[in-house]
Amino acid sequence: MTSTSGNKQSTSQTEASEVERWASLIGGGAMVLMGLRQGSLRGALTALAGGGLVYQGATKQSTIQKAQEVIGINQPIKVEKTVTINKSAEELYRFWHDFENLPTFMKHLKSVKVHNEKRSHWIANAPLDNTVEWDADILEDRENEFISWASVEGADIDNSGFVRFKKAPGDRGTEVKVVLEYNPPGGALAATVAKLFGEEPEQQIGDELRRFKMLMEAGEISTTEGQTSGRK
Amino acid sequence: MKAVCWNGANDVRVQSVPDPTILNPRDAIIKITSTAICGSDLHIYGGYIPTVQQGDIIGHEFMGEVVEVGKGVNNLKIGDRVVVPSTIGCGNCHYCQGDMWSLCDNSNPNGWIQEKLFGNITSAIYGYSHMLGGYAGAQAEYIRVPFADVGVVKVPPDLPDEMLLFISDAIPTGYMGAELCDIQPGDTVAVWGCGAVGQFAMISAYMMGAEKVIGIDRFPERLEMAKKFAKAEVINYEEVNAGEALKEMTGGRGPDACIDAVGLEAHGVGLEDFYDQTKQKLKLETDRPHVLREMMVACRKGGTLSIMGVYGGFVDKIPLGAAFNKGLTFRMGQMHGQKYMHSLLQMILDGKLDPSFVVTHQLPLEQAPHAYNIFQQKKDNCIKVVLKP
Ligand SMILES: [Zn+2]
Ligand SMILES: [Zn+2]
Repeated sequence: MTSTSGNKQSTSQTEASEVERWASLIGGGAMVLMGLRQGSLRGALTALAGGGLVYQGATKQSTIQKAQEVIGINQPIKVEKTVTINKSAEELYRFWHDFENLPTFMKHLKSVKVHNEKRSHWIANAPLDNTVEWDADILEDRENEFISWASVEGADIDNSGFVRFKKAPGDRGTEVKVVLEYNPPGGALAATVAKLFGEEPEQQIGDELRRFKMLMEAGEISTTEGQTSGRK
Repeated sequence: MKAVCWNGANDVRVQSVPDPTILNPRDAIIKITSTAICGSDLHIYGGYIPTVQQGDIIGHEFMGEVVEVGKGVNNLKIGDRVVVPSTIGCGNCHYCQGDMWSLCDNSNPNGWIQEKLFGNITSAIYGYSHMLGGYAGAQAEYIRVPFADVGVVKVPPDLPDEMLLFISDAIPTGYMGAELCDIQPGDTVAVWGCGAVGQFAMISAYMMGAEKVIGIDRFPERLEMAKKFAKAEVINYEEVNAGEALKEMTGGRGPDACIDAVGLEAHGVGLEDFYDQTKQKLKLETDRPHVLREMMVACRKGGTLSIMGVYGGFVDKIPLGAAFNKGLTFRMGQMHGQKYMHSLLQMILDGKLDPSFVVTHQLPLEQAPHAYNIFQQKKDNCIKVVLKP
């Protein structure tokens, strides 16, 4: 289950075990964010994809974050959520892997444009008809199992995440786990971003995953929006 | 169109609202020919169900004619006469595929409320609060039916509505109530509540092999109906102590299975009833568990409690010690209509079941406020009202 794709690039025993630690956390799925408290998700994902050295850089970044927190600019938003979907991992992976499909169930996304195998451009709806944009790169891609991505330098919102597809026991389908982290910049944009992800980002991600499940299982997303009522 | 809208506790009004439209590919629009007021609608009427909002169209027991279908529905056509189950199932999730339709993962767009409250999401029900999906209900001229390609039952044109309408809700609810009792030949089954669901539970219990069925209520006309149509022995709990009477009627053992066809607005007698009524009014307890308590004490050792009456939240002072030490089995849930409707329709077509006896009132939709009032107050011997849009 655990992947150690970073091992071949490791130069020392310690780095290898560090990578293995992240890998088993992400693979095992238990309280990923607890494990990530000291480092950023991006760092872990990068380490997982590219080897232990990058992880060092990631912890440095996390120091900047801590400093930001101390002066009270803003908190990174970290969420994780899992849902079981009555479909094969292959089917779910294929749909998700085409990032251009994501806005059909992720309401906060306006569009995603895939440039090439690695890079894509994301536009999110912000309040007051504004949008925020960023480029993202796929960090690691294991067919039918795991996709991780992170925004590139200069993004409006620095963000990273992964989705993992794992066969559920018995005939229950596939367990889909999503972990996301957003590091909103300071100032006015930070407030915009806070609004964008709602007061309870965990619930928003939960809603989005539930819509993904509806779309995959039932072929449509159940709704009452636009229905009739006697409301005044 | 005209629709019955909830405007606050004990206040429903017939209002003009826009006609429903297709919102999703698997939707259909049904022109309603008959819609009933269910006993559980009284919990909404009385203001006991949380997340019902001003202006919500209520009602979940209905049948009618298909007038429009979405592009994802290819097994229904305009003009089909259909009965629709009150719980909404997608047909594709793990639960629907296991015939547990009221536990559907996908029909409730407001799942997050339930996830917080109940830990999981259950299916939506027409016109039964936003927590249960927030779909517009059936006491109207037209209704939007989601996932219309599954569950909806086509019915032949030659039988009157009153023969067919109740396979939407009351009959499968009563039937499932009896099925959950796992009735063995020779069993005695006691049913609390002799409204429509209770009547069908008693009839179903006999069909499944019960030797004796006992109906418990306080209204003479309901007890009469139970005797006449369900062939039940009856207890009027305002005249005798129901627990003692049940012991007496079962050789001191207690019934083998007990069905709750009352739910959260149960009435009791004495101090305990006063306690529940007061706590519920003060919002310290959402549901009045009088019937639950009585069942737990009355049931024989090792027996089964089957709960079909609706509960929404929290109850107090449940004698869990009795249930534990007596080794009782609890089974419960919203009914899985789609699982039962086809076979129930067949029973009606075969002449084995004529459910029309429960109808005591037939009124135009415009008279819904009056209908709710007489049903709630049990005036005019009201047991079941069918509204005609
Ligand atoms: Zn009902
Ligand atoms: Zn379902």
